[in-house]
Amino acid sequence: MSAASDVIIVGGGLMGSSAALFLRGHSISVTLLETDLIGRQASGTNFGNVRRQGRGIHQLPLANRAIAIWRKSRELLGADVEYLQSGHIRVCYRERPELVGSMEEYATQARAEGLDLELLSGNALRDKFPFFGPDVLAGSYSPTDGHANPRLAAPAFALAARKLGAVIHENTKIVDAQKIGEDFIVTAADGRTFRAPTLLVTAGAWGNALSSQFGEPVPIVPRGPNMSVTEPVPYAILPAVGVMTPIEEETVYFRQVARGNIVLGGSTRGPSFPDQYRAYVEPQNTMSQLQQIRRLAPSLGKLNIIRVWSGIEGYLPDSQPVMGPSATTSGLYYAFGFSGSGFQIGPGVGETMAEIIAKGGTDILMEPYRIGRFAAG
Amino acid sequence: MAEPRIIIVGAGPSGTRAAEACVAAGLRPIVIDEGRRDGGQIYRRQPDNFTRPYRKLYGTEAGRAQALHETFDGLKGAIDYRPETLVWNIAKGHVWTASATVQEAIPFDALLLCTGATDRLMPVKGWQFAGAYSLGGAQVALKSQAVSIGHRVVFMGSGPLLYLVASQYVEAGAEVAAVLDTSPFGARLKALPDLLAMPSVLWNGVALTRTLKRAGVMVQHGVTPVEIMGDAESGVGGVRFFAGSGREETIACDAVAMGHHLRPETQLADLARCAFAFDPGTRQWLPERDDDGRSSVAGVYLAGDGAKILGARSAEASGRLAALGDLGLPVDKGEMTSLRSEVGQYARFARGLAKAFPWPARQAPALPDDAILCRCEGVTAGDLRAVMRETGAQEANRAKAFSRVGMGRCQGRYCGLAAAELIAAEAGVPVEQVGRLRGQAPVKPLPIAIGDGQ
Repeated sequence: MSAASDVIIVGGGLMGSSAALFLRGHSISVTLLETDLIGRQASGTNFGNVRRQGRGIHQLPLANRAIAIWRKSRELLGADVEYLQSGHIRVCYRERPELVGSMEEYATQARAEGLDLELLSGNALRDKFPFFGPDVLAGSYSPTDGHANPRLAAPAFALAARKLGAVIHENTKIVDAQKIGEDFIVTAADGRTFRAPTLLVTAGAWGNALSSQFGEPVPIVPRGPNMSVTEPVPYAILPAVGVMTPIEEETVYFRQVARGNIVLGGSTRGPSFPDQYRAYVEPQNTMSQLQQIRRLAPSLGKLNIIRVWSGIEGYLPDSQPVMGPSATTSGLYYAFGFSGSGFQIGPGVGETMAEIIAKGGTDILMEPYRIGRFAAG
Repeated sequence: MAEPRIIIVGAGPSGTRAAEACVAAGLRPIVIDEGRRDGGQIYRRQPDNFTRPYRKLYGTEAGRAQALHETFDGLKGAIDYRPETLVWNIAKGHVWTASATVQEAIPFDALLLCTGATDRLMPVKGWQFAGAYSLGGAQVALKSQAVSIGHRVVFMGSGPLLYLVASQYVEAGAEVAAVLDTSPFGARLKALPDLLAMPSVLWNGVALTRTLKRAGVMVQHGVTPVEIMGDAESGVGGVRFFAGSGREETIACDAVAMGHHLRPETQLADLARCAFAFDPGTRQWLPERDDDGRSSVAGVYLAGDGAKILGARSAEASGRLAALGDLGLPVDKGEMTSLRSEVGQYARFARGLAKAFPWPARQAPALPDDAILCRCEGVTAGDLRAVMRETGAQEANRAKAFSRVGMGRCQGRYCGLAAAELIAAEAGVPVEQVGRLRGQAPVKPLPIAIGDGQ
């Protein structure tokens, strides 16, 4: 006997959890299946940037949709996911002055999409953000971006979905999915089966295992972020802070939570092991990250980090997710492979996927995310 | 073949004896230790300018302490000794060290983890007040700095260290207001057959209680702590507890030393990816090892109290065993056999200690909602219960993610065992089902300035 519903979602990260919540909003019955526990990998271990600035211009409508959800998250979820609209500042170094032009160009294009950015340099930058080191040349400030707590976000969406009637099975590893007649039959490792006419795959780095079963393999690569956190210090740094650079090793970002701890991320992303369900922070990446943090904000050099962590993220070659309907199978949808940039747009993805499934379409531009872009030939 | 690169982490009893065995075999191990001087915790050496005699510092163990220190002093020219150095991570055949802000990645062929122990603590309401110390911390203050943690000290908890540190305070001239043992006296009688595995150690324990009695210190058994009274401003003001008779009592004091025996420091074994197994006797997850200290990971060895609490004497034997096992040199099989049987005797004695001074697991679920459970993050027992109710979290790392219990500087080393007991009792599951907090680098806080200018 299969458990039946209108929609099965495979993958209980932020995408799957928020999709479940918004599907319930359309009165669609939904079963969410998660291998481990909700939001434990990419969704729960990322930096927590709720940042529109820096995303591809084509993605800003989706990001705007998401920001509206973040802003009402407390009422929507009945829980505090520590969302703070406290700004985001992206800076470049003196040795890359050409990036100032890129920032200006981006700001002009972003304004047309409703994202207002303020370009700062010299004293104006340092008066507002005195923690920057001498290497910092200029910055682009987004007052309406911010950050939230990834450990809490996906589980809060899942709990809210459950309260509205979504059926959620954790510790349910899916080993097979097939379309038989009008229904998808999804089979767990322990033999339980689930049946629904619609299947949404939000399985992150594991997404390819399912899309391949429907003849749509994607070149996804599992990697893991390098995260660190300091001991708590008095709350003084409001915005999330990041560096714009073409060199992955130079990438570094930080944010201070209201309790006082400063969360750090960046440097070359490490390997991760989807089969073992583990990702490890490579010590040399921590070293390189701390070196870059000292360059960006030298005064942080007085603090200690107390913990590092990583998680399993799925990366696609063009850094864009796979999102939208399958090209081979009707009733099948995907939203995975967010390439380390899914947290902010997550709730917008959930709402958009629910809209597509409930109404058959959306105004959001989905072309860049077609799974067909990886089809052979 | 090139000489194997051997790294020993820890310069206490097991690390010292492991290093001694390596040097005798003609090898030059790297010995990395967090302390300023060798000796570890139990045989902690006093600062250079202090001149208290061995007898005064180490009591009945003075001879062993002196022998160990002299051994280490004799090894110094033959080992690569790195004091005041933290191993903060282990990955791909390298240990990552930090000494002040100097960092290094050192490759190894064999890694001996002799990481020792810290106090096993059961939270008591009010334990966050200034003046509440662990037994180990109280002992460090005395040994290393020759100071008492307060003018009038209550010792509360259980285990051999409770009596040892209390009697050391008495002998140092400090005022010990009371020794409050959560274990009923009868438990000791039941444990006697196992404790007789080490008659001399048992006798030392009896001598400690005599010292306390002679000094007129009140000793109570079978107590249940209720709270450490005080406030954030002035710190500890007293303790409130139920006596064995069931009567509620209070004792005024300005400091409390607390603890329930010890727990191994296993985070490095975890980072080295050693397999762990639940030990029902101590209700702790311990790294797996064979009789000679081999972990589940080839080339990684575990010895001393860092693997399992068997005491300082056993640590010397297990340190030597772990070093001898795979050196690839001819070993004296008779010695190996006798070392193994020595460790076996200590293991029997340790089982006796666990029976005589049982871990009061039921105190954790009895903590009132307003009692601080995790001192680093200021999380109360009520906060954890609320998280369990709201999220259904029943696994240690999951409960940590939602409640922040064990997320602070100590990474749950001090609150993790009690938190697991509370979760298990609330969820109605065996404590092993709650799992264990994953070790995460850095095992101790690491300066962001690490490696600056290197």
